[in-house]
Amino acid sequence: MISATAVSKRYPEGLQALSDVSFEIDAGEMVFFTGHSGAGKSTLFRLLAAIERPTSGSIVVNGKNLAALSKSAIPYLRRNFGLIFQDQKLLFDRSVLDNVLLPLAIVGLPAREAARRARAALDKVGLLDREKANPIALSGGEQQRLAIARAVVNRPAILLADEPAANLDAESAGAILEIFRAFHQVGVTLLIATHNPQWMASASPRVLQLERGHLVGDAA
Amino acid sequence: MSRYLAQHLAALQGALRRIASTPLSSLLSLLVIGVALALPSAGWLIIDNLGAVTGSASGVQQISVFMTIDAGKKDIGEIESRLAAAKPGNWRFVARDEALKQLQASEGMAEIVASLPRNPLPDAFVVEPTDTEPQAMERLAKTFSGWPKVAHVQLDSAWIKRFDAFLRIGKLAVTMLASLLAGALVTVTFNTIRLQILAQAAEIEVAKLIGATDAFISRPFHYFGALQGALGGLFAALLVVLGGHLLAAPVDELIALYGGSFALHGLSAANVGALAAIGAALGWLGAQLSVAIHLRRLG
Repeated sequence: MISATAVSKRYPEGLQALSDVSFEIDAGEMVFFTGHSGAGKSTLFRLLAAIERPTSGSIVVNGKNLAALSKSAIPYLRRNFGLIFQDQKLLFDRSVLDNVLLPLAIVGLPAREAARRARAALDKVGLLDREKANPIALSGGEQQRLAIARAVVNRPAILLADEPAANLDAESAGAILEIFRAFHQVGVTLLIATHNPQWMASASPRVLQLERGHLVGDAA
Repeated sequence: MSRYLAQHLAALQGALRRIASTPLSSLLSLLVIGVALALPSAGWLIIDNLGAVTGSASGVQQISVFMTIDAGKKDIGEIESRLAAAKPGNWRFVARDEALKQLQASEGMAEIVASLPRNPLPDAFVVEPTDTEPQAMERLAKTFSGWPKVAHVQLDSAWIKRFDAFLRIGKLAVTMLASLLAGALVTVTFNTIRLQILAQAAEIEVAKLIGATDAFISRPFHYFGALQGALGGLFAALLVVLGGHLLAAPVDELIALYGGSFALHGLSAANVGALAAIGAALGWLGAQLSVAIHLRRLG
């Protein structure tokens, strides 16, 4: 499903964020990417979502080589992903429900069907009773769950979560992990960047370890 | 309804909401756009009306063909045949006795006419040409003057030429003004959209990250620009119609003083539609320029 071959990324200012990283991820796998800050996890996720392009190497997602994609094809590729960002990127000028409706508006789902699906997604993450609230009124854990609801509302085949448990207490982080497990059980491919040892211990997934831009470990 | 239409409808609703959510600034923008479109529209309307005035003011668009005093019925018949063949437009024969009676009826002329030993007026033809372009009128007058027993052909060509030149300058000035104000309208919309894009930078960034196309992101701005322009065009039409109502009575009075009968014509429904369409097109253009530049900057 996802194949990275000798991927390197060097920024114009000289920072070598990734060096010769290769891996393959099958459909339905739950994979944790771990490593210290600056190891290259976020860069790798940005390359996978075609937010940036690798300096060299290739990334193939669902049989499509990202390097060969035209600029106009990238939005359609991103609709295959549910993206969960470390800073969540919630919109605070609208309600919880409207945040979840945004991906559905992008694909042009009729309003009634969109509202039904958005509420279903909020229900899955336990936020249905907060649909009218402004995201700023939510706790950190709730905001992260809202970000997950927005990421999954379009029923993507792949979830990319960059440090979803960062700045969360143990209880909230546990709740988030349970949500991810539930998606994994229904066949969603999960790629999660984290250095939360509790998660890796409890979920027993495949772990890819990055260090200073190099892939130094791949263990199940 | 297809997804494509649903997206357009949502973008239109979003644009309407945006206009309604900031009533004061929307009103000020509409005022600026309305005035910018009303000025050249009023200019065009004035020029159009002036052109029509020349057609209604007596004698202006006519050619008088005066026969020689000794011209007889046969000569008059010859001219009638030639006019019928040339088909220059409407024409009528004014017999010298009829002309004298008309002169007699004029204020203060009765005594003078009575004192004349004989009728000094010639028979004449009054031609109202179909083609009232100055050059065409000149050509006709030249033709008529070459016909037999024609003593004089009267065409106030100098006046018509001057007036035509004045109208052409007026049209040019209005075109220049319209171009400048169209540029101003595009600039106003460009800047409004720029501010909206900056205010919505976070939403645009998120939308792009989760799969929004450039068309999806720019569509609401296009609708906003076009909608604001169209409403500005309708506002301009309202201003012009109001101005026309205020001027109608004094203009009517003035034309009557010159012996004409003329009703000031205002904007037709098609004109109003054209104003709204021009406003919408200029608004769309301003939005397109702004979106193209500022979305690229947002990456």
